[in-house]
Amino acid sequence: MSTSTTTTDLVETKKSGGLTAAASNYIDERTSISTAVKELGRKIFPDHWSFLLGEVALYSFVIILLSGSFLTFFFSAAMTPVEYDGSFVPLKGVEMSAAMSSSLDISFDIRGGLLMRQVHHWAALLFVAAIGLHMLRIYFTGAFRKPRELNWVIGFILFILAMAEGFTGYSLPDDLLSGNGLRIIDGMVKGIPLVGTWISYLLFGGEFPGEAIVGRLYSLHILLLPAIIVALIAMHLLFVVVHKHTQYPGAGRTNQNVVGYPVLPVYAAKAGGFFFIVFGVVMLMASLFTINPIWNYGPYDPSPVSAGTQPDWYIGFADGALRLIPPGLEFVWLDHTFSFNILIPLVALGLFILVVLIYPFIEAWVTGDKREHHILDRPRNAPTRTAIGAAGVTFYAALWATASSDIIATHFKVTMEGVIHTMQFLTLVGPFIAFFIAKRVCLALQKKDREIVLHGYESGRIVRLPGGEYIEVHQPIDEYERWKLVSYSDYKPLMLRPNAQGKITTGQKLRAGMSRWFFEDRIEPVGTTELERSHGDHH
Amino acid sequence: MTTIKKPKSPSGRKAGRRHPLSSVALIAIGLLFTGGAYAAFSTSTASAETSANSQQTIGEGKKLFAANCATCHGLAAQGTGSGPSLIGVGAAAVDFQVGTGRMPMQVNGPQAEKKAVQFTDEQIATLAAYVSSLAPGPGLPEAKLLDEKGDAANGAELFRINCAMCHNVAGAGGALTEGKYAPALDGVTSKHIYEAMVTGPQSMPVFNDMNISPESKRDIITYLKYLENNPSPGGYALGSLGPVSEGLFLWIFGLGTIVALTVWITAKSN
Repeated sequence: MSTSTTTTDLVETKKSGGLTAAASNYIDERTSISTAVKELGRKIFPDHWSFLLGEVALYSFVIILLSGSFLTFFFSAAMTPVEYDGSFVPLKGVEMSAAMSSSLDISFDIRGGLLMRQVHHWAALLFVAAIGLHMLRIYFTGAFRKPRELNWVIGFILFILAMAEGFTGYSLPDDLLSGNGLRIIDGMVKGIPLVGTWISYLLFGGEFPGEAIVGRLYSLHILLLPAIIVALIAMHLLFVVVHKHTQYPGAGRTNQNVVGYPVLPVYAAKAGGFFFIVFGVVMLMASLFTINPIWNYGPYDPSPVSAGTQPDWYIGFADGALRLIPPGLEFVWLDHTFSFNILIPLVALGLFILVVLIYPFIEAWVTGDKREHHILDRPRNAPTRTAIGAAGVTFYAALWATASSDIIATHFKVTMEGVIHTMQFLTLVGPFIAFFIAKRVCLALQKKDREIVLHGYESGRIVRLPGGEYIEVHQPIDEYERWKLVSYSDYKPLMLRPNAQGKITTGQKLRAGMSRWFFEDRIEPVGTTELERSHGDHH
Repeated sequence: MTTIKKPKSPSGRKAGRRHPLSSVALIAIGLLFTGGAYAAFSTSTASAETSANSQQTIGEGKKLFAANCATCHGLAAQGTGSGPSLIGVGAAAVDFQVGTGRMPMQVNGPQAEKKAVQFTDEQIATLAAYVSSLAPGPGLPEAKLLDEKGDAANGAELFRINCAMCHNVAGAGGALTEGKYAPALDGVTSKHIYEAMVTGPQSMPVFNDMNISPESKRDIITYLKYLENNPSPGGYALGSLGPVSEGLFLWIFGLGTIVALTVWITAKSN
């Protein structure tokens, strides 16, 4: 499978050609591009579906750039009041901002405009979702370990920037929904002590909503944020090339090699084709399913708020955090208003984001492992990490689900209060339950793996021995399978030892404590001696 | 009109059960006098409508009422511990509640739900005639207000300001407290929409003619009917529930499809 010969074959066949060869030669003599093609073209990528999730994110971003450029041709980022005179009847003659009016024109009066708007929006939702899923894959397989810690940080910053891009874009049409969303952000900003009000006035150019915000968000949305994202994506991909791709454990796969297809021609063809597949799926969604019907929401007006006002999914966790806060946490003290109903979610979410951002460094510190890791962990083989991940996912999911508390209440015919109280419980206690369950499940699966390695599969075949004894025949697993089950790095809790000065520092105690918490429950991989002994007592 | 409606809420099922019957009746009678006096010079449509009903229709309505409604609302519609007084609620309230199947109520719950209509149109008309003969109240809307030919843009704006916080901008419905909810407005007849606005059923506030003029109500109905009759320009509307249904759709169908395709594209050929 891992052939690098295919590439050379292809190059050789090309030599015979006339125009192609001449053209390639012309370009190569002026750019020396052949070295790059040779280097990159022979780059090996392992094949697994979960390795394509980052690619999905990249392709969605390309779709967003293409459709977004189209939208900029017709969008007017101004809040000047105009009277709508387009073809959507229920808004005719209504006063609205130029931004809203031009968004409606894109939707109803510009050929292909509505399709492009929907492509842009669906692709944006897909972009963030694909990043999220990609991040989960990286986390649960331990792909963030040395030497990829920095790439995890870059990727996570990209996730945050994607959310910022999404939110600024969501606010641009200046419809009722986006205005409500901005008002919530304004409220959150104003809840910050001392500087909040100042920041809010700076951001909106005066009291909310003012006439500046859409233009400012537009600059961020189409200039600053995309520029940073493109730069970070370039770095992210560069690191992937520099580090080489990780691979799942399996026979013949080591920390020193990469087993897979070379970029040219197989992988390039697959990846190139996959771009069009992703584009096709987005197109299909955009042409068949409405997204963000701004014509229903109407122009922004500070007085109305619609039932079912939610942010796009990726901001949902923040909206949910606000909904979960019990009443009565805002009070006036020393002539200042303290809005703990806003500060608690802000601090909690800030801490959550920080922990996710620096998690690779935390784990590296706890394990004290300085080795490079190019073989991925199966999630069960790192029970505590998997359990922490499960707890984080539960926390996030609970916040996220809470953002739709009203929809849950109407659609499952339960009370709104019941939903909120349940979600409060799930947000606070759910992560602990998830941690416990995930850890136990991992350990159980590891035990099962051990059992299989040592005794093979139960074949279901019962044999009666000459002595009258009945036994079930166990089918031993083949060596390829066994490799996968036994080759994982196992950590023991760190021993607390005095340092060079003969002292035990608090940091060391903390580290030893963390290490014990991480690794005290562990299942050792089956070793050679153990394996041999087990072969001895075979039935 | 607003005042007459009042006995309905304080003596509602929940509160009413805790109080003895007499106090409910007393409040109802007291409000009937004050409210009746107010309604006498604020409502003209209702009184005209009442007199149009013949004594015979009213008699039939009374019989139907006694057989189907009196258990909860009392033999003289004065209200009991289980149901509010109907004196002064007007023909519009009866037509809405019975005409949408909410009354007679099937089960006790957070609110009376829409279900199959239990009476014929004639029976509903006689019931309405009987209830409106008890005291003046909002009458049935005139046909010209229901022709769905008003100003949809004005209706849409009024709808967003007055109705959307509970019913959602696209009339898809929304949650209220304690298991109550504002129902979806898709498929509700123009007449029932109008009646709901003037009578304020269940948790809904009353929008009387001074609050939203009959012409504006016509505009609102025009807008709702526009939404109903014109499918979403962007394709299937996913319930018009906003970002929640969009997000769910993206994660389940969008990303689901993509993941299935990644599995397909990396599958080993046989």
